[in-house]
Amino acid sequence: MSLITVTSPHAHGPASTQRVMRDVVLGTLPGVAALTWFFGWGTLVNLAIAIAVALACEALVLKARGKPLAFYLGDLSALVTAVLLACALPPAAPWWLVVVATSFAIVFGKQLYGGLGMNPFNPAMLGYALALVSFPVEMTTWNLPRDVAGNVLPLAETLAHKFGSGAVLDGYTGATPLDAFRQFHDQPERLAALPFMHGAFAGAGWEWVNIAFLAGGLFLLARRVITWHIPVAFLSALALVSGMAWVVDDARFASPLFHLLSGGTMLGAFFIATDPVSAATSRTGRLVFAAGIGVLVWVIRSFGGYPDAIAFSVLLMNLAAPTIDYYTQPRTYGHARRGGGIGGQKK
Amino acid sequence: MGSLIIGGNSRPVFGFPGGVHPPEHKTDSSEAPIRVAPLPPRLVLPLSQHAGAPAEPVVAVGERVLKGQLVAKAKGVVSANVHAPSSGTVTAIELRPVQHPSGLEQPCIVIDTDGRDEWIAHAGISDWQSRDPAELVALFREAGIAGMGGAGFPTAVKVAPRKPIDQLILNAVECEPYITADDRLMRERARDVVEGLKILRHILKPREVLVGIEDNKPQAIAAMRQAMDGTGMEVVVVPTKYPSGGEKQLIENLTGKEVPSGGLPADVGVVCCNTGTAHAVFRAIEHGEPVISRITTLTGDALARRGNVEALIGTPVIDLLRDAGIDERKLHRLVMGGPMMGFTLQSPAVPVVKTTNCLIAASAAELPDPAPEQPCIRCGACAEACPASLLPQQLYWFSKAGEFDKAQDQHLMDCIECGACAYVCPSSIPLVQYYRYAKGEIRKKQAEERKAERAKQRFEARKARLEAEHAEREAKRKARAEAAKKRAEAPAATAVSAPAVDEAVLARLKSASLSASSEYKAAVKALKDAEANGGADIDALTRHVEELKARADAAKAAVRAAQQGEAPAAAPAAPAIDLEKLKHEVGEASSAYKAAVRAAKEAEDAGAANAGELRAHAEQMKQRADELKAKLRDAKAEAPAAAAVAPAVADTAATAPAAAEVSAPPAAPAIGPEQMKQLKAAVATSTRQYKEAVAALETAERAGADNLDALQARVDGLKQKADDAKAALEAVVAQMKAAAGNKES
Amino acid sequence: MVLIAILALVALALVFGAVLGFASVKFHVEGDPIVERIDALLPQTQCGQCGYPGCRPYAEAVANGDVHNKCVPGGAETVVKLSELLGREVLALDADEADQVPVKKVAYIREAECIGCTKCIQACPVDAILGAAQKMHTVLVDECTGCDLCVEPCPVDCIEMRPVAVTVQTWTWQKPDGIGNAPARRIPVTNEAA
Repeated sequence: MSLITVTSPHAHGPASTQRVMRDVVLGTLPGVAALTWFFGWGTLVNLAIAIAVALACEALVLKARGKPLAFYLGDLSALVTAVLLACALPPAAPWWLVVVATSFAIVFGKQLYGGLGMNPFNPAMLGYALALVSFPVEMTTWNLPRDVAGNVLPLAETLAHKFGSGAVLDGYTGATPLDAFRQFHDQPERLAALPFMHGAFAGAGWEWVNIAFLAGGLFLLARRVITWHIPVAFLSALALVSGMAWVVDDARFASPLFHLLSGGTMLGAFFIATDPVSAATSRTGRLVFAAGIGVLVWVIRSFGGYPDAIAFSVLLMNLAAPTIDYYTQPRTYGHARRGGGIGGQKK
Repeated sequence: MGSLIIGGNSRPVFGFPGGVHPPEHKTDSSEAPIRVAPLPPRLVLPLSQHAGAPAEPVVAVGERVLKGQLVAKAKGVVSANVHAPSSGTVTAIELRPVQHPSGLEQPCIVIDTDGRDEWIAHAGISDWQSRDPAELVALFREAGIAGMGGAGFPTAVKVAPRKPIDQLILNAVECEPYITADDRLMRERARDVVEGLKILRHILKPREVLVGIEDNKPQAIAAMRQAMDGTGMEVVVVPTKYPSGGEKQLIENLTGKEVPSGGLPADVGVVCCNTGTAHAVFRAIEHGEPVISRITTLTGDALARRGNVEALIGTPVIDLLRDAGIDERKLHRLVMGGPMMGFTLQSPAVPVVKTTNCLIAASAAELPDPAPEQPCIRCGACAEACPASLLPQQLYWFSKAGEFDKAQDQHLMDCIECGACAYVCPSSIPLVQYYRYAKGEIRKKQAEERKAERAKQRFEARKARLEAEHAEREAKRKARAEAAKKRAEAPAATAVSAPAVDEAVLARLKSASLSASSEYKAAVKALKDAEANGGADIDALTRHVEELKARADAAKAAVRAAQQGEAPAAAPAAPAIDLEKLKHEVGEASSAYKAAVRAAKEAEDAGAANAGELRAHAEQMKQRADELKAKLRDAKAEAPAAAAVAPAVADTAATAPAAAEVSAPPAAPAIGPEQMKQLKAAVATSTRQYKEAVAALETAERAGADNLDALQARVDGLKQKADDAKAALEAVVAQMKAAAGNKES
Repeated sequence: MVLIAILALVALALVFGAVLGFASVKFHVEGDPIVERIDALLPQTQCGQCGYPGCRPYAEAVANGDVHNKCVPGGAETVVKLSELLGREVLALDADEADQVPVKKVAYIREAECIGCTKCIQACPVDAILGAAQKMHTVLVDECTGCDLCVEPCPVDCIEMRPVAVTVQTWTWQKPDGIGNAPARRIPVTNEAA
């Protein structure tokens, strides 16, 4: 007989990093399905390329750093980064764009900081931002939704396009509703003439993609993979700010519903901003962090030069996360509440 | 914090942050009635079963002890008595593995039971209501009651708070999974527990008495409510959530108060007490029984008969497990305490102690080995779970990086080590171990700092002392140098006065010698008369004669010595006077010398013709003064020695006539090497004689001779003589040493 | 134009100079003298292994420019702390390999062999040895700093340095082995029976 000596607690809950990562990937499935349905095979192809590149890059760097492969690949964090990035990239993006964005996300966004848990920025958004800044044309060329184009690009042509010339496919690609609104918000007639601006609630196709990601997010909440704080604060802040502006000037500013159901809003709220590594950690901190993202998203969408704002907003708030954490520490049991406000730190 | 009224409570509970809901496993052991564990053949009683100083054994190995007999006494205020849980024999007091995760051994009293289970006389108090609380508290201390929930804090200390108490809280929450000891105790002996609580209420006089029970124990709640009906005490049901039974969490939950960091519940007017402790209080007061047993939950997959047993303190765990049908092949992890805060045992020989509320004999499937630590993903689940609202993640980073100051700033020391954070951690980080490591390092550092501070003080105190000593020596040395210089300058007295004084001394000595001689002769004559007349006081007279002879001889010797000019004034008859005289002469000689020097100088200054003569005179005087000084020194050294040795030698001569052949000549003007030699020889002889006599006595004894008594008497006499001789020698040596010391100074 | 620029710069310089001067007076920090702060970092074993007769003398020497890597009992940790305090380079500890990792030790007198010569008492820098001439000496374990200065003077070699034993009071959990390792340890059970 031999006995094990170990510190308490002896029981361990069901949570594990693998389970968290697996649930995140599962949570993206409705969104991926909606993207595929409305915008064609591109998303699935992106997904395949991103996963392969992410795992390969992660393995290479781990090997270079002399770390055990199975242990670190087993946490599935590279898979999550790849999936989120693939969901964010345009389905029509050429293959090399996916490769560049993914490898940058894994190597520079994560491993060079020391791997999982050490990265100050969301790796997927870092990869996305790099691609957006470096290749704005490719990054803003989206497929037209099925309702508008009448059909989606068949798989064979998608592959040919991705690995071929990368030429603009007339009739299948165009601007996104957000992009269109940014460009033509001062020309209401022109905006109204764009077919993809008229979905049931917001932009055609996009509204359903966002609703699908919302459903996946609710799944994460139900699985307790994420808490309500970040999505609720993010979406409320976005709705509130855009709502106020919309009430003031509904011609100049888009409606809250349009903001909530366009672009990467739901993906960002439930899957991107909730990345625990780069977000604030305390409850209050998370509320502040996510509300900040919400406001920034509206600001950049309304006044910025880029069509969508999730990536930049998240990255900016990532920068602020340590500071937020510092000022939102909870009051420990048995200690007087710290002298309130900034500089309330003891001593 | 919201408050809500649940479970038949009449008051709201306040809730507390964080917490987890691990699988309960309570029904594994809660459904069988409490069994009495069989009497083990051997009991092992650790001297430290409680918080505070270990008790001190008051029994010896081999001693028979009765059940309930005190075997180790509390040492200091925060300590607890230990009693024999059954009758038997103390077979060892030695180091044995005890209830500690380190597996280190601690002193234990081992009792081999005799199976008779024989009680020591004991009686309870039925009228405790009319007794003084202090008296009851003293009885707690007597009975060795220490908190039976976990920490084992001596109850006598706990119930003597310095502040008035608002709430007395019975902690019957039992929030840890698996443990059902308190549950069963309340179900079966609710009345006893409530009686104990009443005694505590009598002592503490709180405003209210609350009993906190988790809502997963409906039968215990019902039993307690029934037993407490009409007592004015109240059961408060709290929602099941680990760690609602943590003392601070329970206080927060029931009263909304927070114990300040580093403080005690008494600081906010609360005293908490465990169910088992209340039961022990009842046994101690109403039955006069010390803490010798407790209810312990035996559970885990490796046991066939899970349930609660009433086990004697000191019962080895293995005995209980075997009685519960352990499958040793299945046993993988042996935990004392619950699965959240208990600790693993490294040996099943560890005994049950006052704080052992549960033993989990877990299989590998039940409590699997911990997974390897993965990187922290900052998910914040730990902060959500923390009941103390700490940031476990920050504490982890700081502990891991060895930044203990920062960890302390983040209130590491307020961590109650409940394990909720590690339970929820998806990365399987052994967070509690990191905190325990960091806390240990911090305590170590604090201890080292305290020690360094003390060492510094001691070092500086020593340095100051050495410097003071050095300064003192230096001052003395300087003073001596000064004195020597002065002495060197002292002029001799008038050249003629010295010899005159010398002669006067000699005359005195001579007259002393004469009178001593005549006294001696008179005494001899008296002795002879007495002998002739058969007087009774011959012995005394003989001794007197001997003394007088010694004195006369000494006086004669002194005269002789004085005449030779070597060692004047050594006569024991008048050494003090002579010394005084000598000193006086020295002083005179010195001043005369100085005067002469002054005169010579003046003459020189005046250009007088006789300056040379005067100088020569001064030189002569100096010489004279020096001689006198030397004499004084010698006289000082020898006078006391001679004074002491003369009677001592005389005594030897008087009391040891058997050693007469070696008895020292009584005249001892100065203890010369010869006299010493003689004394030593006398000692040696008498010792030899004594030893011979002893040998003779032994031989005679073996031979069965009939003159044993006579021989024994002779031996005793000789021993006496030898001892006397030795004493005389020692006295002489001591005197010589003292003289030497005087001389030096 | 040039004149304006020069004047502006001069005015700026004057203003900032005044502000700085004011700040240096107003926010002047009365720091501990450097010797005190160095002394506070030293382990106070008073062992003299640095070549000075105690920790404070060494602190004074360091303050006066002596190298700060001579404190063997303090180990590399103390060197690092001193380097931080003094803003000097982190040097390797000036000690033998064996002394690099200091193990806490205390002096132990084998009392049967002690002849009561008091030489160790005189050597002890913190008065941690009790005894008198011709009487057996003993060590106050709580006060002993483990400097081993008493070992050499003993004429009968009855003093030895023993590592401080771990007790239940001083035992602590080890630091976990870190990422990739499970914290458990298996203990084979030998003394099964009571």
